[in-house]
Amino acid sequence: MAKIWVYAEQSQGRPAATTLELLTRARELGDVEAIALGPGAAAAAPVLGKHGAKRVHVNEEAAFAEYLAEPATDCLAALVGAGAPDLILFGFSPDSREVAGRLAARLGTGLIANAMDVDVDGSCFVAKVPYFGGAKVATYRANTSPAVVLIRPKSFEVSESGGQAEVVEVAAAIGGGSRRARIVETKTEAADKVKLEDAQVVVSGGRGLGGPENFHYVEELADALGGAAGASRAIVDAGWVPYAMQVGQTGKTVRPGVYIAAGISGAMQHTVGMKGAKVIVAINKDPEAPILKMADLGVVGDALKILPKLTEAVRAKKGG
Amino acid sequence: MKIVVTVKQVPDPNAPQGLDPDNTIARDREVVLDPGDECGIEIGLQLREAHGGEVVLVSMGPEKARDAIRKGLSMGADRGILITDGALAGADAFLTARTLAAAIGPESPDLVISATESYDGSTGMVPPMLAELLSLPQLTFAKHVEVSSGRVTVHRQTEAGYQVVEAETPALITVTAGIAEPRYASLKGIMAARSKEVRVVTAGDLGVDRGEPAEVVQGIADAETRQAGEVVEDDGSIGVERIITVLQAAKVL
Ligand SMILES: Cc1cc2nc3c(=O)[nH]c(=O)nc-3n(C[C@H](O)[C@H](O)[C@H](O)COP(=O)(O)OP(=O)(O)OC[C@H]3O[C@@H](n4cnc5c(N)ncnc54)[C@H](O)[C@@H]3O)c2cc1C
Ligand SMILES: Nc1ncnc2c1ncn2[C@@H]1O[C@H](COP(=O)(O)O)[C@@H](O)[C@H]1O
Repeated sequence: MAKIWVYAEQSQGRPAATTLELLTRARELGDVEAIALGPGAAAAAPVLGKHGAKRVHVNEEAAFAEYLAEPATDCLAALVGAGAPDLILFGFSPDSREVAGRLAARLGTGLIANAMDVDVDGSCFVAKVPYFGGAKVATYRANTSPAVVLIRPKSFEVSESGGQAEVVEVAAAIGGGSRRARIVETKTEAADKVKLEDAQVVVSGGRGLGGPENFHYVEELADALGGAAGASRAIVDAGWVPYAMQVGQTGKTVRPGVYIAAGISGAMQHTVGMKGAKVIVAINKDPEAPILKMADLGVVGDALKILPKLTEAVRAKKGG
Repeated sequence: MKIVVTVKQVPDPNAPQGLDPDNTIARDREVVLDPGDECGIEIGLQLREAHGGEVVLVSMGPEKARDAIRKGLSMGADRGILITDGALAGADAFLTARTLAAAIGPESPDLVISATESYDGSTGMVPPMLAELLSLPQLTFAKHVEVSSGRVTVHRQTEAGYQVVEAETPALITVTAGIAEPRYASLKGIMAARSKEVRVVTAGDLGVDRGEPAEVVQGIADAETRQAGEVVEDDGSIGVERIITVLQAAKVL
């Protein structure tokens, strides 16, 4: 059996959704162990076990949460030296990719990033990676030991295995010079709205809305449907809305029941983040817009006229 | 303060994309300085204006990547290092990071600035690897940067807001696209750039050997695509009606 490690992201004892996705997939491929670091690690262990980790390596040292990347890299490097995993899986999230990058450079292995699936092929691991903006899928065979693979969020559906993990307290192994990039403060800007990646309905707006003053149409419809608002990169880069709302290759991946795209052209880099939605609705002025070629329902029309009427109609249905 | 900005030449994101029959990205496309790296250069220049010092651009790529460096020099950077070598063609993130580290190390910069992710590769794996190989702390996803008396502070963009992250220099930072509006090169800047130094080095000069790749391509296939469904032309009411029907069928209304 292949020896597979999953780097578990957790905060206050709650594992990240992506971590549970990785465990769900990993347990089909081999013997799974997880590494959970920082305050809350021990509390997270039973949840990791329930999703397929047979053993969880934990250390509760505060430095893991206080400093970026380096302490976790040190600990992992020490564990890899002793435990010799065949494959180490990370989520393709900002925090994990920094740890994975440092670790792979330190081990001298390199890595495969941005994967959407990983599999065993004989004695090797293969990973599927979106290529050419998502129009193609490349299959890579990992050429290193351990193989290091980073997987996009929402690549697998989470399920429990009902297992129980053995919890092993490990040394923090943080090097003398590794407490460097210190998080001195954490600021929360987004209010407690429905989380984009958990929402059953996502309404996203793009440049076709004309200007930031019109984005409220998107938010109002999302609110009326009890969903979350998203955005294309064009309007995130233009500063209309924060990055946390960006859907796509360099933003979030969402798989809601319904995705409504308003004033979004449907560039591959956007659709790679939403094409897993069950139903896609697009509102676009241009009958030739690529988004209409992948939507279950495409409405050719002016989003600025349709959105407010739609919101009203939704409210009326909900009210009555 | 000595600042190194890593700059990459990428296919023009605004030009139509093409694939060669063998599934490699068509090479004849327009290439530009990565827009993310333009932001890196802008921040480097602002820090130099505030603190004095020098901005050095480092790029690995084909001979043509000289144009990317030239553009940065026109914006106001002081000099460039171009690492170009057929032996580095198709380099993966780790080889790229090893090569950049070999060129940047001897410069002993106070600050290395990279973009969070490039426009073409866009995996953002080079900067953390580079930080590791240079033994620098990494302050990432910066949407705001300050340097004072040997400390660098960034606002690191997160899902919910941002973190204030601090480290002593030397350090590596990665900047996001929204951090600053890159300045245009003035005519004077373009003229001045012509006489600025661009040192050209090879992998051999840097003592970098290609090594084993981390991955081997097994195949490239078309991604699964969704089929077009119903398309209706809105007449002032049909659009809303059809969407409501779809929402009800999907049981979200
Ligand atoms: C490396 C890389 C990574 C990227 N990552 C992402 C990513 O994560 N997410 C992402 O979204 N993009 C990403 N992009 C950018 C992507 O390629 C597109 O540029 C972007 O998605 C376009 O945004 P848009 O659809 O809002 O704007 P546009 O492409 O300008 O489209 C606007 C659309 O609105 C329509 N429109 C105009 N007026 C109206 C109206 N009144 N009513 C209805 N429709 C109207 C137009 O017909 C048009 O189709 C990335 C690009 C690169 C190169
Ligand atoms: N070949 C290269 N030459 C110089 N800098 C690079 C190169 N590749 C990547 N970088 C730097 O690393 C950033 C992120 O690139 P990537 O990891 O490829 O997404 C880029 O924006 C550059 O600043």
